Amino acid sequence: METAVFYVLATIAVASAVLLVLFRNPVYSALSLVATLFAVAGLFVLLNAYFLAAVQIIVYAGAVMVLFLFVIMLLNLGHSEALESTVGRYRLTGVIFLCALLVAQLTAVGTRQLRGPVAENEALRTENVQTLGKLLYTDFLFPFEVASIILLVALIGVVVLVKRETPETT
Amino acid sequence: MDYALESLIKIAIVLGVIITTVAYVVLAERKVSAYIQNRLGPNRVGPWGLLQPLADGLKFILKEDVIPNHVNKAIYLIAPAAILVPALMGFAVVPFGDTLMVVGREVQLIISDADIGVLYILAVSSLGVYGVVLGGWASNNKYALMGGVRASAQMISYELSLGLSLIGVLMIAESLKLSDVVNLQATGTVLGVLPAWFVFNQPIACLVFMVSVFAETNRLPFDLPEAEQELVAGYHAEYSSMKFAMFFMAEYAHMITASALIATLFFGGWHLPGVDPTDSSFALSVLKVLVFAVKTAFFLFVFIWVRWTVPRFRYDQVMRLGWKYLLPLALLNVLLTGLYLTLNR
Repeated sequence: METAVFYVLATIAVASAVLLVLFRNPVYSALSLVATLFAVAGLFVLLNAYFLAAVQIIVYAGAVMVLFLFVIMLLNLGHSEALESTVGRYRLTGVIFLCALLVAQLTAVGTRQLRGPVAENEALRTENVQTLGKLLYTDFLFPFEVASIILLVALIGVVVLVKRETPETT
Repeated sequence: MDYALESLIKIAIVLGVIITTVAYVVLAERKVSAYIQNRLGPNRVGPWGLLQPLADGLKFILKEDVIPNHVNKAIYLIAPAAILVPALMGFAVVPFGDTLMVVGREVQLIISDADIGVLYILAVSSLGVYGVVLGGWASNNKYALMGGVRASAQMISYELSLGLSLIGVLMIAESLKLSDVVNLQATGTVLGVLPAWFVFNQPIACLVFMVSVFAETNRLPFDLPEAEQELVAGYHAEYSSMKFAMFFMAEYAHMITASALIATLFFGGWHLPGVDPTDSSFALSVLKVLVFAVKTAFFLFVFIWVRWTVPRFRYDQVMRLGWKYLLPLALLNVLLTGLYLTLNR
């Protein structure tokens, strides 16, 4: 049963990720990204990582992608010519960057495979939220705080950019 | 297998009850609005107009279903489903009673007592915006698009306050499970006399939550996405027949889930002061379900009452209220709760 569900979710995730790249209409692309995010959240549930699944939906599907859609709709990026002129210039950079990312990903997965299977954390499986919270505030406190500072910097950056005074035009 | 069957039966019953309630909340809205405006409301179909929902349903199904030529067809068809499904999904983690003995089995009256109950609700409620946004965009109509854009801005703004207001409750309950939240409220008292409901423990959180929920369900005074006078009907202006009915049903299903959540999180769920919460005899279990139903019905009435009493906000007022008043208030509540808990350790 679990294996069957895994393959269904995995197929949806990969298929909609591919569609995301192939669609010419940015709204369709955004929606297939939402489908991918859902499928991945489903995979998290299969792994008993309920917290991660919920956060994935809240943050990515619920907030980030809604803002993406918002921007796409406001700018009405429906025409492929408009898309060509902006994306076309950066195509080579994008391909190189993504290839590097793919190599890094494969290396990471490969080295983990060589080290043997990961020991399953019983506490994480049964008391997911509590254990995760404790780990974040003890063993992983430093990366956790660094991540929050990065977010804070981005937040302040946005405020500064928006608040920047424009010279009087009249 | 038993567990799966039990869950399926519970899902079927809950869905059936919600859909029926949706129909009757629509009738209640028409009746209450009529009495508020000194009219009689629908009273022709059946006694006191009680069969009106049936007539309405039949009418929606039999009306011609027009799909305009200028719409983006695929997304136009997805949108009504995308708004109705999350509205119905939210109820899955709401405990509508304690436990009930049915043919020798102790059944927990909740579809799934998930570990991440509260997070699940936030996740589902954040998905509700897709139907509105997609419906608005796919209609290819400037009024519909304006409605969709307003909806996404409004819902993202109020989601923050919604989530933050719950943190104070969670800090006291020390659990994300809604059944734990209710059990905690069923035991002990506040100041010796009041039941330990979170409305007394966390009044600020309750206020922020209720206001945010009104905004999330797009009800007056926050119904800017569909403001009739400015936007015709906003995001569902181009929909007809059953597809329009699905948008309509979603609004009321959202209201039901929201009322149930207010009752569960802040007003003790199935708890009635004076009734022993540990006693699980059949009569008392049924009574608890009834108590929950009455509390939910009361908040549904509040939704309707507010709609026919308060005029719509201006758009800048909505944004100012969300970002400059509710969000700092919710943050202040988290700070105060934290201080209180540290000092009382």
